[in-house]
Amino acid sequence: MILNILWFIFVMILFAGFFVLEGFDYGVGMLLPWLGRKEADRRAILRTIGPHWDGNEVWMITAGGALFAAFPAAYATLFSAFYLPVVLLLAALIVRGAGFEYRNRMNHARWRIFWDWGIFAGSLLAAFLWGVVMGNLARGFAIRADGNYYDGLLPLLNPYALASGLLFAALFTLHGAIFLIRKAPLEIAERAAKAGRSVWLAVLCGLILFDLWTWQTTDILSRPGLNGLPASALAWLALLFTGLALRQRRTGWAFLGSALTILCLITMIFTGLYPRILISTLDPGYSLTITNAASSAYTLRVMTIVTVFLLPLVLTYQAWTYWVFRQRVSVKVEESQE
Amino acid sequence: MDIVSLSRWQFAITVIYHFFFVPTTLGLSILIALFESLYVRRGDEVYKQMAKFWGRLLVINFAAGVVTGIVQEFHFGLNWSEYARFMGDIFGAPLAIEALLAFYLESTFLGVWIFGWERVSKGIHLAAAWLVALASNLSALWILIANSFMQHPVGYAIENGRAVMTDFWALLANPNLPYQFFHVFFVGVATAGFLLLGFSAWHLWRDGSKVAEVFQRSFRWAAVSALTGAVLLGLIGHAHGQFLGRVQPMKISATEAHWETAQPADFIVVARIDEKNRRNTFEVKVPKALSFLIYNNFTGEVRGINDLQAELEARYFARYGPASYIPPVTLVFWAFRLMVGVGLLMILLALLAMLRPRWKFLQRAWFLRLLLPAMALPYLAATTGWIVTEGARQPWIVYGLQKVEEAVSPGLTTGSVLFSLIFFTLLLGALTIVAGWLMYRAGTAQPQVAGDVVQY
Repeated sequence: MILNILWFIFVMILFAGFFVLEGFDYGVGMLLPWLGRKEADRRAILRTIGPHWDGNEVWMITAGGALFAAFPAAYATLFSAFYLPVVLLLAALIVRGAGFEYRNRMNHARWRIFWDWGIFAGSLLAAFLWGVVMGNLARGFAIRADGNYYDGLLPLLNPYALASGLLFAALFTLHGAIFLIRKAPLEIAERAAKAGRSVWLAVLCGLILFDLWTWQTTDILSRPGLNGLPASALAWLALLFTGLALRQRRTGWAFLGSALTILCLITMIFTGLYPRILISTLDPGYSLTITNAASSAYTLRVMTIVTVFLLPLVLTYQAWTYWVFRQRVSVKVEESQE
Repeated sequence: MDIVSLSRWQFAITVIYHFFFVPTTLGLSILIALFESLYVRRGDEVYKQMAKFWGRLLVINFAAGVVTGIVQEFHFGLNWSEYARFMGDIFGAPLAIEALLAFYLESTFLGVWIFGWERVSKGIHLAAAWLVALASNLSALWILIANSFMQHPVGYAIENGRAVMTDFWALLANPNLPYQFFHVFFVGVATAGFLLLGFSAWHLWRDGSKVAEVFQRSFRWAAVSALTGAVLLGLIGHAHGQFLGRVQPMKISATEAHWETAQPADFIVVARIDEKNRRNTFEVKVPKALSFLIYNNFTGEVRGINDLQAELEARYFARYGPASYIPPVTLVFWAFRLMVGVGLLMILLALLAMLRPRWKFLQRAWFLRLLLPAMALPYLAATTGWIVTEGARQPWIVYGLQKVEEAVSPGLTTGSVLFSLIFFTLLLGALTIVAGWLMYRAGTAQPQVAGDVVQY
């Protein structure tokens, strides 16, 4: 049982890590056409995430893989229930990934513009759809007695989940803008700072709305005992701290703030869920939990040993690459002349 | 079409797209790390140019491999949720380990390799190249641990209607695994070899005596890689067939369209197959050769599809009642023959490429021009090979434990699966064309024009 709890925490960490890390490269993707006015600017913007985006995306793959290994029944229900949204999500990830690697392979303005908008749309759609999925996780959906979901797409596109999608997109835009303030050439960083301040206000309004709505439609914040309320309060503190740091131009603190906001928001949802993974709105007994959806104790033990060895290693070398590429990106002279 | 067939087509199509890019990464990452090692040890700039030039192809290819691969990670949940439920206790672990152990490593250090030429020391940069090569091949190992379980389940028990892992080490020691892994590994080596041969030949042919040293050297290395890969993958494939002949005779008999038990058994070279009446209406045979291929002697008994069908039907009668356990014979029969034919052609071409410096007639333009389309051969062989492996396992998704039709997600509608099938086919098809075309451009560019690995 202790391993089931541990794996619930691992899955949460992996999802939180995914949103914190890939959140900023989704954000940079969404900001790309708006902050990059000249070709040289857009290249510089993409160079800020160039070495990192793929490593960040592996967090999503690993989160999915860990859910599969530790809670296969939840993996099975989640991805088959969200069939069309996940298909669209995959398409969005395919287009933005191809865009990052292929836009500079041809020296044609139209080719580049096509991929720039592909990166924008792919990043926006991916951020939004993950928000929709997380919103539905908090709200629950019509899981039947056999553990499956049969009601199609429309119930998943409920207003609460859509609002959650918008909040995620806004939050990742803020996170990406702060990343650009630190990493992009100064002229772009200035624009990113302006964008960041207005997006911050949007996130603030969004978070108020989302928390109230969560309070009203889900039991994530309101159920007695363990709930998401403490993490929600911390998310608030982190977001206010982010705004303060932005105002004071303490960009490192601002980045930490937006990262913590995302982390606390995910923690809020997961603590509110625990010990459920997927809530059934039909009958609490149909919900998939850390016991009825879990792998055998043997598999959990194997996976625990493997993860305890590998995850710190991964964190170390990924942190190292952020240190290697810590410098601010500059506009290359030959590019600015194009 | 029903949901099972549509889901099947979708998995087959997306995974075939994915496997266009996988072997290239497996082999090319090794060759590039090798070139960079030679550059670092000898200080020879030509090897650095080689690493950078072919590195561009690796990066284009890798991106397509990543984005087509993401689909697979979620496919087991999307379309095959009953499989995920039944098999997740065993199948999820190698998938998660693949991500933790290999995907992080390969993506992180590929980033360092691409963007780090001026940022990190030569030694660290070289280490990054080798880590990418190691990690790609580790990821192949772990996904094949998962696939080997589907082909030949070991280390499990059935509890409460689902398969649970009882012995992790048995999964790693699956006797089917070494054959599958090294078969795939050498496909990678051969694919990369033919890729470099093709583009180097293009430059040798176009630029004649002025050709850059990069391509002369690449050609020689590529010939070695192509020949080693093609020969060893053939030998391992043959050993794999002998192994399957012992443990899963249906797979072999179906692949050989061998309907009736015979001792000794003839090898059918080509046949007109009548799947409905379970016989061949026309055959060209080599006497006793099938016995020899499987047992290394001319006397062994090879059981026919019809006997095996009767035996399997009796064995699983309690669970499934009357049912067919015969794979799509025509498909796997011809896919196998195409694969072997292409493999032999690869060995021949690679051998000729090795002999090129000695034999005058190979130095003419026709041979160089032939090597460009020959780049397609390893892809054809790999694809037909997977069609044989996965096709001859039918109707099972996990051999003996779960059928494909039992594995599909129950909540899906025909419309949504039809939509995703068409959507993925077109999207990944477009992506494959774009990636192939960009690789062609990169491969036929001049090295000095090629500039850096990535122009961000």
